[in-house]
Amino acid sequence: MKNFFAFFILLLLPISGFSAGGSSVELQDMKPDLHDKASLQRGLSLFSNYCLGCHDAGYARFERAANDLGIPADLFTENLLPAGNKIGDLMSNAMSSADAKAWFGAEPPDLTLVARVRGSDWVYSYLQAFYEDKSRPWGVNNTVFPNVGMPNVLEGLQGVRHVTCAQAPAYDKDHKPLFDTLTGDALTEERCNVVVQKTEGQLTEAQFERVAYDLTNFLVYMGEPSRLKSEALGLKVLLFIVLFGVFAYLLNKEYWREIDH
Amino acid sequence: MAALKDLLNWVDARLPVVEAYEKHLSKYYAPKNFNFLYIFGVLSLVVLVNQILTGVWLTMSYVPSAEEAFKSVEYIMRDVEYGWLIRYMHSTGASAFFVVVYMHMFRGLLYGSYQKPRELVWLFGMAIYLALMAEAFMGYLLPWGQMSYWGAQVIISLFSAIPVIGPDLAQWVRGDYLISGITLNRFFSLHVIALPLVIVALVVLHLLALHHVGSNNPKGVDIKKHKDENGVPLDGIPFHPFYTVHDIVGIAVFLFVFCSVIFFFPEMGGYFLEKPNFEAANPLKTPEHIAPVWYFTPFYAILRAVTFPLFGLDAKFWGVVAMGGAIAILFVLPWLDRSPVKSMLYKGWISRIFLVAFCISFVVLGVLGVLPSTDGRTLVAQIASIVYFAFFLLMPWYTRWESTKPVPERV
Repeated sequence: MKNFFAFFILLLLPISGFSAGGSSVELQDMKPDLHDKASLQRGLSLFSNYCLGCHDAGYARFERAANDLGIPADLFTENLLPAGNKIGDLMSNAMSSADAKAWFGAEPPDLTLVARVRGSDWVYSYLQAFYEDKSRPWGVNNTVFPNVGMPNVLEGLQGVRHVTCAQAPAYDKDHKPLFDTLTGDALTEERCNVVVQKTEGQLTEAQFERVAYDLTNFLVYMGEPSRLKSEALGLKVLLFIVLFGVFAYLLNKEYWREIDH
Repeated sequence: MAALKDLLNWVDARLPVVEAYEKHLSKYYAPKNFNFLYIFGVLSLVVLVNQILTGVWLTMSYVPSAEEAFKSVEYIMRDVEYGWLIRYMHSTGASAFFVVVYMHMFRGLLYGSYQKPRELVWLFGMAIYLALMAEAFMGYLLPWGQMSYWGAQVIISLFSAIPVIGPDLAQWVRGDYLISGITLNRFFSLHVIALPLVIVALVVLHLLALHHVGSNNPKGVDIKKHKDENGVPLDGIPFHPFYTVHDIVGIAVFLFVFCSVIFFFPEMGGYFLEKPNFEAANPLKTPEHIAPVWYFTPFYAILRAVTFPLFGLDAKFWGVVAMGGAIAILFVLPWLDRSPVKSMLYKGWISRIFLVAFCISFVVLGVLGVLPSTDGRTLVAQIASIVYFAFFLLMPWYTRWESTKPVPERV
């Protein structure tokens, strides 16, 4: 089931040498914040509305997410639980693998652990990296994951972006931005592989970045739901070990007083 | 109290508990000059107990089948109460085991603890190390992630490099034409029953042999030469209570580090839990870069360092021979060291330089084994492999040729 990416690329591009998702594009930095409950709740809502239609999160349960993120069960059932599911169910969708294969060329991968496999930077960048490409089955391509077999489901929010020739910040060969020596303004140069906004979406660029952040943040949480609990318990355990260690040290010192060493 | 005493007497009349307690603890006289390097034997025991206990609990919820294995691990991580903790204790414990065992072996090299009369102690220890590697390798297949699957595929395919019988042997080990649920089931069986039994038995033998000949010490002085009127070594102290209270402090320090990893960095940057292993095994999708877990990488680097065919057999076969040789040669160490002294403190400078070079080469090989190979890295791995083997193969000469310092009578 997880061979979706490689399989799809192999099918469509038998001569391409790159491997699944392994692009050399620089990724944007994304620092997850699991303490930001509001962000995680928005992420869960986005995930439920935009991702869960095609993707599974088949190792995670709705109820666990609702509990961990502080969403009351009745509110969750009313607003976020997909029809036909019980709150204790695993987050799987109703799409059959056969349909998925027919529609997308392969089954969309399970997303429970995607942030653990690829990292938060990758997910965050990937979500924002779609651009118009008429040669692709869904009319879009992705700079982070070239030739991905997925439509840009967030296009309504993000708007359409396309590759064109445009003015872009200029860099020297060490990849440092160049500045005009007289005015101090950033220098630009015309480049022809730049992705720029073509039509506006419902959200501004900053708002859309927030969407990508919240969604990624939620995926990071879902990859390892025990993270926060682990850190809270870890502090107590370490504190106990330190206290225990102090007494162990004193006991040891007491015994060894009589030994000439 | 009196009732307890009666119970003890009753048992002792039927089972030598007091005798065993005295022989191994309260009247086991250990040299009084142990330093911190002597903690790693005890820590190996601590980690062994940790692995067995957490393993028992993991087995309660783990399902050993190709269809369910990956899912059941995530079930443990999410739905089992404190399952994540038990699983991280086990996965971190695997790496911790090798950390403490490598330190324990280094201690042995540094102070000549393998020398007469402790050859059997060393041999049992090496057998434990070998069984531990098998145990870790088979355990790594069980989560049934991408790296579990492809790592096992690469390592088992090494058997096929053996001339004539190789391909059949590899198939016999797998029980199938490729790694499958059959392989997973047999590895599970070996991992949870056969190898733990072997390891525990070997640990008992290791300790019995040690307690029969007595512990070495940083100076390599034989403490049994000077005894008091009761036959107690003058430089020895009872293991219990003196080294038990000592070890408890060491265990606390170890647990602090161990728990820091468990609770805060269980993946250890992808070295303890490799990232591709969070994706379920897929026989149709080979990962871009297959690297064994860190504790095997020195030997993996030696395997890859052999890049030329010899005597009509291909490079892969000789790589396997070199890798096997790198482990096998450790077994004969007690007979390679011809030095009249045990400890590096009294050996000559050639021995010291060789030991340092050996340790550097081991670390370099370990780093190279993680990285994808390039021509430059292969050359470095070849040089490091030569240093690794030179440390052992030249040992009979340099240990005899060099001049040593006199060993003191007392510690």
